[in-house]
Amino acid sequence: MTEQIKEREALGGAEVGRARRRKEDARLITGRTQWTDNIQLPGMLHVAFLRSPMAHARITRVDASGALARPGVVAAFSGADLAGEQGSLPCAWPVTEDIVIPDHPPMAVDEVRYVGEAVACVVAIDRYAAADALEAVEIDYEPLDPVLDMTEALKEGSPKVHEAGNKSFTWKFAEGDIDAAFRDAPVVIDRTYVQQRLIPSAMEPRAVVAQTDGDQFTLHSSTQIPHILRVMLALTTGIPEHKLRVIAPDVGGGFGSKLQVTAEEVLCLLLTRRMGKPVKWTESRSEGNLTVHHGRDQLQHIRLAAESDGRVRAVQVDLLADMGAYLMLVTPGIPLLGAFMYSGIYKMDAYDFTCTGVFTTKMPTDAYRGAGRPEATYAIERVMDELAAEIGVDPMEVRRRNWIEHSEFPYTTICNLTYDSGNYEAATERALALFGYDKLRAEQADRRERRDPVQLGIGISTYTEMCGLAPSRVLGSLSYGAGGWEHADVRMLPTGKVEVVTGTSPHGQGHETAWSQIVADSLGVPYEDVAVLHGDTATSHKGMDTYGSRSLAVGGIAVVRACDKVKEKARHVAAHLLEASPDDVEFSEGRFQVRGTGASRTIQEIALATFAAHDLPDGFEPRLDASATFDPDSFSFPHGTHLCAVEVDTETGATAIRSYVAVDDVGAVVNPLIVEGQVHGGIAQGIAQALFEEAVYDVDGNLLTTTMADYLLPSAADLPSFVTDRTETPATTNPLGVKGVGEAGTIASTPAVVNAIVDALRPYGVHDVRMPCTPERVWRTLRSREEESA
Amino acid sequence: MIPASFDYLRPSTLDEALTMLAEAGEDAKVLAGGHSLLPLLRLRLAYPAALVDVGRVAELRGVADRGDHVYIGATTTHDEVVHSPIVKEHCPLVALATATVADPAVRHRGTFGGSLAHADPAGDLPSVAVALDMEFVVHSPTGRRTVPASGFFLDYLESALEPGEILAGVRVPKLGPGWGFHYEKFHRTAQAWATVGVAVAVRRSNGTVEEARVGLTNMGPIPVRASGVEEAVRGAEAGESLREAAGRADEGTDPPADLHAQPDYRRHLARVLTHRALLSAAAHPTG
Repeated sequence: MTEQIKEREALGGAEVGRARRRKEDARLITGRTQWTDNIQLPGMLHVAFLRSPMAHARITRVDASGALARPGVVAAFSGADLAGEQGSLPCAWPVTEDIVIPDHPPMAVDEVRYVGEAVACVVAIDRYAAADALEAVEIDYEPLDPVLDMTEALKEGSPKVHEAGNKSFTWKFAEGDIDAAFRDAPVVIDRTYVQQRLIPSAMEPRAVVAQTDGDQFTLHSSTQIPHILRVMLALTTGIPEHKLRVIAPDVGGGFGSKLQVTAEEVLCLLLTRRMGKPVKWTESRSEGNLTVHHGRDQLQHIRLAAESDGRVRAVQVDLLADMGAYLMLVTPGIPLLGAFMYSGIYKMDAYDFTCTGVFTTKMPTDAYRGAGRPEATYAIERVMDELAAEIGVDPMEVRRRNWIEHSEFPYTTICNLTYDSGNYEAATERALALFGYDKLRAEQADRRERRDPVQLGIGISTYTEMCGLAPSRVLGSLSYGAGGWEHADVRMLPTGKVEVVTGTSPHGQGHETAWSQIVADSLGVPYEDVAVLHGDTATSHKGMDTYGSRSLAVGGIAVVRACDKVKEKARHVAAHLLEASPDDVEFSEGRFQVRGTGASRTIQEIALATFAAHDLPDGFEPRLDASATFDPDSFSFPHGTHLCAVEVDTETGATAIRSYVAVDDVGAVVNPLIVEGQVHGGIAQGIAQALFEEAVYDVDGNLLTTTMADYLLPSAADLPSFVTDRTETPATTNPLGVKGVGEAGTIASTPAVVNAIVDALRPYGVHDVRMPCTPERVWRTLRSREEESA
Repeated sequence: MIPASFDYLRPSTLDEALTMLAEAGEDAKVLAGGHSLLPLLRLRLAYPAALVDVGRVAELRGVADRGDHVYIGATTTHDEVVHSPIVKEHCPLVALATATVADPAVRHRGTFGGSLAHADPAGDLPSVAVALDMEFVVHSPTGRRTVPASGFFLDYLESALEPGEILAGVRVPKLGPGWGFHYEKFHRTAQAWATVGVAVAVRRSNGTVEEARVGLTNMGPIPVRASGVEEAVRGAEAGESLREAAGRADEGTDPPADLHAQPDYRRHLARVLTHRALLSAAAHPTG
């Protein structure tokens, strides 16, 4: 990798492809920046929320008056106090006509439906006073039965989360003749996998600062979606959209958890409106574990029909998706983002998908890194390994027999997605070589032979995913409430410097660096001369924000197109000043030159000339700037081959990752360092699902994993050194050839790790270990097999 | 961290600390490295009226060779213990176990005495303390007393320290030549507490185990000695008989149930890990 980076740098000049260190990192790493919690405003008050200790209960009495007597307390409110103005938190993705979308008050009024739901708040002069006074708020609850298990929840007679019942929707998709495919199929694999509930753990907790100045409101929030948030908050609170400014200052991670319109954002706006003073709320880590929207939590029933040689006929998926207690911004749409990915990279004749969204008395789920695609990839990659085991063929060979060959692109899958490009052969070949596949298989055979208590397992994940969310017309066809376009403004200042305004909203991805590289190359200006502005609806008027690996593949293209417009304008001005025909003016490395003569002007000179406006072509408006909005025609499809070797200690059940190789194809690369960072972090997060993370509720619906001592996140010490490499098969659907890399590692790595663990334990009769594959779970799985065979 | 409010007191001598603690009353807590206490404050599981920060009391810090034992001052950080030549030479088991405490950041602030006084059976040091028969030197306004490790840990998070008392330091007896040591820690992530830990000291001579000391981490409300194992290995060949002896590791234990392990799994782990620890310790006699 390092060699590759050096090689590219040696090419000189070209910014795109250069492994630049990120220009935003100095301020992000030192924290000397506008994290929301760093914001101090005159007269600012602090909010603390009292949260329900009950999973399900009727609220029979709230008395917040005791809190008012506490030192430093300015006000205290119950849900009933705010009921007239708080509205309902929005769900923008009604996936079916008959979907049940329950009313979702930001603060509970009559009933609580999960532990952690806000039931009252205290506003005080500082955070400590607010937190201290919470204990003086009196609330009486009348307990109701919790609803915790999806299968039980759908049974007749189950206690109800909402009056309308526990089913939110059933969504179906089918292509091909599924019955014919399964009829007389020589091989049928039938498995059920559990996608455990996860808690997104961004480094920066959520934080909100709301302020008002008469009828004008400003909300600072640690959010991924300032633009969408502004629209939704205007609709929810009744504050007119033009009177509401939303700012996402520097944001320290999100992983989808900040793709949300939260109760706290709405309530802080209401409080500042009531009190006329700025208010701040910052969550604690434990408060976050309870109330940041959770991820995954699906029960996947997958059936696969195949020929006896392992060629796949069809896949059938029946999914239960835990919505939690309410539908939040895109809750019901998350499983649908996976619906089209269960065929993975494989060819088949039929596909059938059903998803039922189920209400439970738990924190609502919503987007979490990969959102639907990790679940789909996990199920298909796990079941391909099961197929290989069933027919006694190497799992890589089974994949080869089924995958779309390089020569077959573009290829329209059974899920009706057209994969524009890909080269699974190349990525796989490279990965196998780096991994030493054959040698590890030989060692595995030897350990099996010796009955080594430490067994070796090899896991494969030949994944693909869909990025670049999204073509607006596709989102429309899936009933999503908004489009998927992205916007950019590029303006050259009189001194020749460049400001880029992007509608994407970075929260750690390095947009300022990558966008600067793109603009520097396009306009022929120094990288240092480019500033990227983002995240403030007062400066960035249009945007669809950052999620779904869309920023570069959609937002980056908008930047390219805006630059193209700037250059075209500049070429006309240059031609005018050089007294030449625009057709005779060429642009290269920042300079416009009349073909065949030495006469030229730099783009900076043109910028100044358009500012002075003394001598412009007729009808030309002063200033050199342009806007572009890009709406993609299609998704992009990164892919790759991840290989994982694990050592499983059969005495203790402990898994140690011995080696991990990732060869990803994310198309063309703007900054290899950023791509590396995304791949490393992504793999770590996927491994975390495989081995460590799980949100656990007890039988009463209490969340047990409220601290990092209980909700385990791996650190560098728990992870191997990843070997990463890339193949580059450019996307054909955008001018940069980029595909997106934000989620690839997370999507790919979870099945690679679990496949490896199961592979290690196959001689013991094991064909699945439920995630996370904790030592205890592995040990119990082995023990139950021993008991069965005894 | 948004704890309930408390008074903060920072003495510079042990006498001053004892006086402050006495004056602050029963609701006062001693603060050293803070790595056990602060999480409790953060979660509002503890509401001390006052914290007496002994971090700048020089006489509580440092390691000294006292002839038949090594004295480790209570506020000596884990990192200082790990890197102390005296500890390495005379009580390597302490160094081995301390090196596994949490992560480098914690080891640079967390203290040896603080960790023991917290009396968390999932901590790595209490089991070492009982295995090595350490002695706890405890000061109060009225004087000084010594508490053996076997009497120091009373219950989960409960030590023999009375209100007003401060743990000044710990005496670690030198075991002398011929001993091998090992601390076998099983945990889910590098920073996690031990699911189970086993501290072992073994004295070997001519291929036979003469004597063993085995302390168990997180196998009950207090750290315990695996006396069944100690009995079984005495005079055993350092071979397959160690596995048999280790099979008694969970005798008389009362392991907890939590998210990381149920009691039956902890019992199983105790047996497996004790065997591994005995093998390692018996293979590497030092001193």
